[in-house]
Amino acid sequence: MLKTTPLNQTHRDQNAKMVDFGGWDMPLHYGSQLDEHHKVRSDAGMFDVSHMLAVDIKGDSARPFLRQLLANNVDKLTQSGKALYSCMLSPEGGVIDDLITYYLTESWFRIVVNAGTAEKDIAWIQARRDDLAPDLEITPRRDLAMIAVQGPNARAKVWQVIAGSQAATEDLKLFQAVTYGQYFIARTGYTGEDGFEILLPAADAPSFWNALCDAGVAPAGLGARDTLRLEAGMNLYGQDMDETTNPLESGLAWTVDLKSERDFIGKQTLLENPARQQLIGLLLLDRGVLRSHQKIVTQYDNKEGEITSGGFSPTLNLSIALARLPSEVSPGDEVQVVVRDKMLRAKVVKYPFVRNGKSLV
Amino acid sequence: MDIPTNLKYTKSHEWVRLEDDGTATIGITQHAQELLGDMVFAEIPPVGRNLKQGEECAVVESVKAAADVYAPISGEVTAVNTELESAPEKINQDAYAAWLFKVKPTNTSDLSGLMDAGSYQKVLESEAH
Repeated sequence: MLKTTPLNQTHRDQNAKMVDFGGWDMPLHYGSQLDEHHKVRSDAGMFDVSHMLAVDIKGDSARPFLRQLLANNVDKLTQSGKALYSCMLSPEGGVIDDLITYYLTESWFRIVVNAGTAEKDIAWIQARRDDLAPDLEITPRRDLAMIAVQGPNARAKVWQVIAGSQAATEDLKLFQAVTYGQYFIARTGYTGEDGFEILLPAADAPSFWNALCDAGVAPAGLGARDTLRLEAGMNLYGQDMDETTNPLESGLAWTVDLKSERDFIGKQTLLENPARQQLIGLLLLDRGVLRSHQKIVTQYDNKEGEITSGGFSPTLNLSIALARLPSEVSPGDEVQVVVRDKMLRAKVVKYPFVRNGKSLV
Repeated sequence: MDIPTNLKYTKSHEWVRLEDDGTATIGITQHAQELLGDMVFAEIPPVGRNLKQGEECAVVESVKAAADVYAPISGEVTAVNTELESAPEKINQDAYAAWLFKVKPTNTSDLSGLMDAGSYQKVLESEAH
């Protein structure tokens, strides 16, 4: 039996093509994934991301606990509402999950974790809590739905729908959130566009979704979500990194705080194992489509690499990929990708590929 | 779903139309394009290539996945729809108009082994269950 979000019937009413996404019955698209992609880049689209899980961490030792639990440093969070992207690592330095942490008060932090890893994450966090901070309350918030409204016009459309929200949210900086009535509104996203991710009571999600729809926000499915995040160069858990990969070899070094004295789970292993590979971008020069797991051959002693996320970029109208390649490879190099029975040429580039509607490559 | 009755079909969701000049035009079905979603790439065998019935001979790729196209019959490729190189979305717009390639059949008996619209409809119904 597939798990469903509070918007399941709403998606079906809008003729979504539903798919099994890691045990969740989710919309892949509502007709055309490409149209949904372009709508987000040029105007505004919305995604049901209620399969992701908000978890409240409450208690006086919340900050010291998260200091140890997370690879990024929660001491960067000093202002209420501020958010931080981080990995949660195993002692072996593998990525258990990537998540966003919101600082609300000194005794209340909220994290948002991936759907597929949520149960594993809760079990891990509770076990660490029992060890390190038994007084902490860990509360999964399945009572909340989550809707991401993304695109250059996304914020304005949300302001139209939630009366009075403009004054409360227009000064929010990127990676900052505020509670407004029953809404928790964060200026975050997974598309490379401006917009909000909004938590609200599950029962109110369908009417909110329909109101956004009436305001001209296009429903968008997981298909567009994936092409948008790939263009934006944002990692996808389970593809670009997982428990067997080193975050420093997964394009996540910027989120791992190895500079401060602070100890955290996984730190020792990372210090002992310098990165030999890197996550880097590819643009396909020949015709075709790059896909995850395709092998790559480089000019450096024929050392190999692999595509972790590949696909067609609707904005650039060519195929792009994130790939794990030997550290010697640098932007501008040409590599060969094994696609079925052919070797296709690809150019190594820095990513992101697209930000705020514009090509960066 | 409308399944044209003037075409023949395969279990792997190709359609075949026998032309007056004896060649066969081949494409993928409406059902196949719906499963795949927005098309972004088509790799079609070159004119002159000899195909064996059942062999992987073309690839269509959507935003979602790559799918092999199998030769519904044996024969030599006599024409390819080059328009699909720059506009693969034509397959989404009308799968029965956006043909991939034409073949001069080696054995006309290959054609009699293909399904008619009614049988193909049953295949789709059984897949849906």
